[in-house]
Amino acid sequence: MSLAMFVQHLLNGVTLGSLYALIAIGYTMVYGILRLINFAHSEIFMLGAYFVFWGIVLLHLPWAVAMVVAVIVVGALGVLVDRIAYRPLRDAPRISALISAIGVSFFLQNLAIVVFSAIPREVYRPDWLENAIVVGDIRVLPLTLFVPVLSFLLMMGLVFIVYKTKPGLGMRAISKDIETSYAMGVPVNRVIAITFGIGSALAAASGIMWTLRYPQLQPVMGMIPGFKAFIAAVVGGIGSIQGAVIGGIGLGLIEIMAVAVFPDLAGYRDALAFILLIGILLVKPTGLLGEKLEDKV
Amino acid sequence: MLSVRDLHVYYDGIHALKGISLEVPKGKIVTLIGANGAGKSSTLRAISGLVKNIKGSIVYDGRDIAGQTPVDIVRGGIMMSPEGRKIFPHLSVLDNLMLGAYSRNNKAEIQKDLEWVYEVFPRLKERSGQKGGTLSGGEQQMLALARALMGAPNLILLDEPSLGLAPLLVKNVFDIIQNINEVGKTVLLVEQNAFAALKIAHYAYVLETGSIVLEGTGKDIMQNAKVCEAYLGG
Ligand SMILES: Nc1ncnc2c1ncn2[C@@H]1O[C@H](COP(=O)(O)OP(=O)(O)O)[C@@H](O)[C@H]1O
Ligand SMILES: [Mg+2]
Repeated sequence: MSLAMFVQHLLNGVTLGSLYALIAIGYTMVYGILRLINFAHSEIFMLGAYFVFWGIVLLHLPWAVAMVVAVIVVGALGVLVDRIAYRPLRDAPRISALISAIGVSFFLQNLAIVVFSAIPREVYRPDWLENAIVVGDIRVLPLTLFVPVLSFLLMMGLVFIVYKTKPGLGMRAISKDIETSYAMGVPVNRVIAITFGIGSALAAASGIMWTLRYPQLQPVMGMIPGFKAFIAAVVGGIGSIQGAVIGGIGLGLIEIMAVAVFPDLAGYRDALAFILLIGILLVKPTGLLGEKLEDKV
Repeated sequence: MLSVRDLHVYYDGIHALKGISLEVPKGKIVTLIGANGAGKSSTLRAISGLVKNIKGSIVYDGRDIAGQTPVDIVRGGIMMSPEGRKIFPHLSVLDNLMLGAYSRNNKAEIQKDLEWVYEVFPRLKERSGQKGGTLSGGEQQMLALARALMGAPNLILLDEPSLGLAPLLVKNVFDIIQNINEVGKTVLLVEQNAFAALKIAHYAYVLETGSIVLEGTGKDIMQNAKVCEAYLGG
């Protein structure tokens, strides 16, 4: 492989990986706090992409504005999902919330089919993404710079919230000991709502950028990326934000690099995630950065 | 200040508190002693709003707070230091203290209390950047007390602060509780270490399997033969 090719694959891998990482963060934060696998997360990802599409088509918003609006609206939607589907089940056995999550996932997917129709739609892509930047014999797509940079900025924002703000302190406390957090006067439900809002906004941003790479909208488009991002979160150590980022970027890199080095493997690409998952969990059952989480009763 | 009337606590199927009544007058140290499983923690957790299934009234500053959320109760000026300390081991000492102040918004006042707490517990100041889990048992208990104080409570609920501490540290903890009381905090102290608790308490209640079986001043209870045999080991 020439250096030029390697650089392109590397950027592609980081791009795909950043998108996984942004989704994985939402899975891992919700799991860390509620021990809940939020199956609706992949539909949240899908809705982000659709909202941009409709923002442009119906409201004639510029792409960037449509993206910001969609991220905010989907963040609010995530809060709403928690309020309607999970919060009433906070004291119920954990399996109830899990089933509720599956229900929300089906509901949102079918709602999207009804409202948006199942016909795949073409995505509008801003012009500046189309023209490759050429440096020597390295050809770089603006997308493979834009996605990692924006993802990085979003993650820095997340780190700021989690480590430097009061709700962030609440999140770190609740994820360890919800009962004592209550006793300290942390408004637990509000902090959980903020967590859902942030996780959903990041998934929406990922979904929107995903369609820049794979420019087609479909109500089921969230399933495969969502699934892989969940695997990335588990590989990284579920509950750990750093783990989700490492797992996501690692998975993206491995997928792209493996296919680049062994083109014959292209057909098995989706299986790689599982091989990685099984491999890591055999060696380290808690994932790369995971600590053992006590079961919550 | 706090007046508990006919308080019942239920866990699925278990009737843990069977209608207890107690008074905590402003500025006093009141202790609630009793053996393991008597219902001491349940009492404090009910006052803090942490158990949902309760009956009876909990009147604090003239208002019935039974059924209020923990956040409202903390805002109202009641803070608890839970049994087993329950500090957050993965958070820094400073973050632990800030969690105690979570319900407050006035940054200047929080800062002032932080400085005061650091004065009372100089060890915590030295270790403010260290993870809570790296502290010794005694230091963790100090952190739990300090964290409760960071909520600027008028009434402080202490659940077995001497649990698992060496005798010298136990004395230390009880001295600090007395100091806290002297600066104006009302204290409801739950203990299995009855002897030490009775020594500093103005008034005491003895709890046995969910009912109060005895009450009186700390001195009276200490002299009561029944308590001696049951709780003070003869
Ligand atoms: N979360 C709970 N679920 C069920 N039973 C409980 C729970 N907490 C306490 N109990 C029961 O309630 C009774 C009183 O417990 P507790 O208030 O913790 O007593 P103490 O603090 O005096 O040791 C005990 O019989 C205990 O087993
Ligand atoms: Mg107890």
